[in-house]
Formats: sequence, structure tokens, C-alpha cells
Amino acid sequence: MSNIQKTYEEINARIRSGEAVVVTAEEMVDIVRAKGPEQAAREVDVVTTGTFSPMCSSGAFFNFGQMTPTIKASKVWLNKVSCYAGLAAVDAYIGATEPTEDDPLNKIYPGEFRYGGGHVIEDLVAGRKVFLEAKAYGTDCYLARKMQKEVTLADLPYALLCNPRNAYQNYNCAVNLSDKTVYTYMGMLKPHCRNANFCSAGELSPLLNDPHYQTIGMGTRIFLGGGIGYVTWHGSQHNPNVPRTEGGVPRKPAGTIMVQGDLKQMSAKWLRGVSIMGYGNTMAVGIGVPIPILNSKMAAYTGVSDADIFTQVIDYGYDYSNGIARNYGEVSYAQLKSGSIEVNGKQVPTAPLSSMVKAREIAETLKGWIRDRKFLLNQPAQLLPDADMIGGEGSKK
Amino acid sequence: MYNRIYILHFPKNTSNEPIIYQLVKQYDVEFNILKADILPQRDGLMILELKGTKANVVKGLEYLEERGVKVERLAASVRRDDEKCFQCGVCTGVCPVGALSLHRPDMAVLFDPDKCTGCSLCVPICPVRAMELSLGQDALTEEIGS
Ligand code: SF4
Ligand code: SF4
Repeated sequence: MSNIQKTYEEINARIRSGEAVVVTAEEMVDIVRAKGPEQAAREVDVVTTGTFSPMCSSGAFFNFGQMTPTIKASKVWLNKVSCYAGLAAVDAYIGATEPTEDDPLNKIYPGEFRYGGGHVIEDLVAGRKVFLEAKAYGTDCYLARKMQKEVTLADLPYALLCNPRNAYQNYNCAVNLSDKTVYTYMGMLKPHCRNANFCSAGELSPLLNDPHYQTIGMGTRIFLGGGIGYVTWHGSQHNPNVPRTEGGVPRKPAGTIMVQGDLKQMSAKWLRGVSIMGYGNTMAVGIGVPIPILNSKMAAYTGVSDADIFTQVIDYGYDYSNGIARNYGEVSYAQLKSGSIEVNGKQVPTAPLSSMVKAREIAETLKGWIRDRKFLLNQPAQLLPDADMIGGEGSKK
Repeated sequence: MYNRIYILHFPKNTSNEPIIYQLVKQYDVEFNILKADILPQRDGLMILELKGTKANVVKGLEYLEERGVKVERLAASVRRDDEKCFQCGVCTGVCPVGALSLHRPDMAVLFDPDKCTGCSLCVPICPVRAMELSLGQDALTEEIGS
């Protein structure tokens, strides 16, 4: 038997004719285990992935329309959350982690961070009214000095979700070895390593199913925030040069993607403002990436299970904030999801930050879209950079 | 094991019996005083966490009420808004009694109101504020704070 090879065109033709076999990354684990990668590649056309968790480095560009007299806004707020307005007359960017201007932050420690940019985006997508305020210094062509109005997403002439870094390929497992409680972006960590938090969908996570970025790149069409979006670049901090398992899976945080999509077709179910005690606010983003099974290698990659994915135990009590690169062992996602791991010879209970239930729902939704012929795969114009493309630790020299 | 938090209101002239002592001795109920504000010739208030078998805790509460103590349960005041909850699971790391737990292997986050003591630790930890103190509870919190 010759080795199976498929093209994007062939897979799309099968999707159009309703013949494509689509499974989720969880289902693929058993298929590859039972049949081997070669046979799995013959049988399966697309594997869908999913992840839903707080993702910093998210936000939205928006245009809020002119008024008479016209204005060139230099400061803009939505529901008292400051936006970046140094773009043009009525264009701005709202970042997910920006708190409301009068938020007490960590003055009352640990702060609650009840509302911020992520919540504004959720409110907009939910169709709720948001209060827009703009200030300007006034010019001969733009006379107005201020603008105040209530807007809904439908009123905005343009709104683009644009997240410069999402869907981290693997993430640290966080513990706290210090003797006081710390409130981190990885949640509340009790002193003396009494709990461990982790944040990845593991075997369902998009980039862990394509560890060497052989199908994901600029132009990959994805599930984004409940609508359709695209991978538009590698994300900030994208770092393929990390230690990997034999199967190619990074053993620590590695690749990331930048994603974009029209905010108006997204849903508040999949873009949620979140408040992380003592740390700040951000947004939970739902992302699902379809992976074409072009050959047996992609079948083997997407067959990865939680037992094959490892991450490092990192101390957020002292090491992380002091830039000390040190780990307290390596654990698999199977161990993390079992409810307890061993750190320094002691059993430590674990808790996730990333929703497996929602990740699965996204993978299933995307599967449904493809089966219903509503979603075709888009071949990327250029793949994400892999290890030998960017210099640094672990790269081929 | 049954574990609940109660607010006890002592009227001005509650008898001088050592009520809490009797509770432990007669009903084999463990207690933990979370707050107490009892002065002679004034209405008193105490927040108690009671631990024991369900039958004993219930009998203990009946005993208290016979003695004129008004008992209110502080639990059942924390509920989960299932619409808001996105099943992340971070709350399972703080819940001391396992009322919030992960179901394996699907990692669904379960909330068991019967196990919940109403301690509220999960409330600020939940990133989308899906764990809520009920309205009645807010009023009580104010009363206690004053
Ligand atoms: S209030 Fe929350 S943390 Fe406390 S027992 Fe109930 S569910 Fe658990
Ligand atoms: S922390 Fe909140 S959102 Fe997450 S599982 Fe618990 S109740 Fe649900």
C-alpha cells in the first residue's frame, strides 16, 4: 500500500459532497491507537480541535462613526474603559486587559477587577448598549472637542476582533513554594505548594495537534468567538525553539497564533469578560482549528493524547516574578487531569483554568459546520515559523 | 458528615443554660465559632459552623429552637448560575468540602448544593462570578457587619 497523501482541494471536494470524515481530536486518539496513523489518515479527512480559556493579548479594533461637527478623537472610553485612540479620527482599539478607569485595582488587595475591556467586548457582542466617550483637542478640519453617545455593536460601522496572541501551545503548571498566598494570572496559589493550577485543553488544544505547524498558518480558517475567523500571523511570543518530546510536542509554552475575525458575527457565549482575583481582567476566547489529515504524519500528530503531552511545574511564588528559569519536574496532562500530581515528593491537588467541556463543544461545533458543508478549509499562504526558521535555544544550528 | 453554617439569634433573655456546651455534649456535634456578638441584656448573634451526622445536627438545631434561639441557615445562600458558569474548574481548587468537583474523564464541573457550606471562598475566585450569594444573604451580611 502506498502512503496516503491528500490535498486541501481533495478534502474540500469531499466536504462539499458531504463525504468528508470529520472527528474531534479526542476521538482521533482512539482511532489512531486502534488503526495506526496510516489507516487513520485514509479514513479521516479533518480533525477538529478546540480551546476556551482566558487569553490575554486579545482586543478589538472599531470605528465609531462621525458626527457633526466632526471630531478627531484623541482619547476614547467605552463604559469607562480606556481605549487606544492614536489611530485616526474615529478608529480605536480596545484591549481585553484594560480595567475601568476608576477600578480600585489592587489597592484593596487582592483586587476583584470586576469590569474591563473583555467585559466591554462581551457586552457589545451580547447586543448590549455601551457608553462611548471621546475627547479631542480640535483642529480646523475636526472642530468637535468631545463626543458622548450610547452605541451597540450594530451601530458601529466596523468592529474587528484582533488578538495578537492566542491559543498558547502548552502552558506552565503553576505552584507556589513561598510561604504566602499569591494571586496570579494562573489563579490563587496557596503557600507551600498546596495546590497546582494548569491551563491547556491538552489533547483537544489546537497547536498541540499540529506541533510543527505543518497545516496552521496565515489564512487558516478557524472557529473564533462563535463565528468564523482566520489565523493572520504567528502570535507575539511565538517560540518554536523549545524542548520537545519524541512526537514533536513542546514540553513548555511554545507556539502562539494571531487571530482576527468580524466581531459582528461572534457570540457572547464564546467571548467572555473574566476577572482574575488580584491579577486583573481579561477575556476568555473560544478558538477551534480544523486540521486537515494530509498524510499519516498529521494523523499521528492529531492522535496525541493527554498522556503524551508534558509540561513543567513552575513556582509562581518567587521564581516566575524574578525571572528564574527553573522547574520542579515535568508532569503529563493525564496526571494533571487526574486531580493530583507529585511535586517535591508530595501529592498536590490540581485544578484547571481552561474549560475542557467548552473546548469539546467547540470541536463538536466545528465538526458540525464542516459536516453541514458550511465551512471549508483554507490552505495557508504561509505556515507558522517552525524551529529551524527562528534562531535561538533548541534550533537546528 | 454534615457540615453547615448557621446564624443563631439569641433574644435578650435567653436562659443562662450553657447552650453550646449542651449541643456538643448531648448531640455529638462539632462546632466552630465564626463570629459571636453576645452581651448581657442585649440581643445576641452567633455564626456557627456545625459538623456531625445529619440526624444529630437537626436534633441539635431543634434543641436550640426550643431554647428560644432563632436559627437561620447561612448555606443554600451560595448558588451557581449555570448560564454564566463556563465549566473551567478553577473553583474546585478552593472549595474546602468538595461541593465543587470535577467529573472524570469529561472534566465537567459539578456543584452539589447539599455539600456547600456557604463559605463563599469560590465567589471571588470564579472568573465570571457564576457563584452567587443570594439576596437574603446580602442583607444578613450587612446585619452581621454592623
Ligand atoms: S461556598 Fe463555594 S467554596 Fe464554599 S463550600 Fe460552597 S461551593 Fe464550596
Ligand atoms: S470557577 Fe466559575 S466558571 Fe469556572 S467552573 Fe467554577 S463556577 Fe464555573
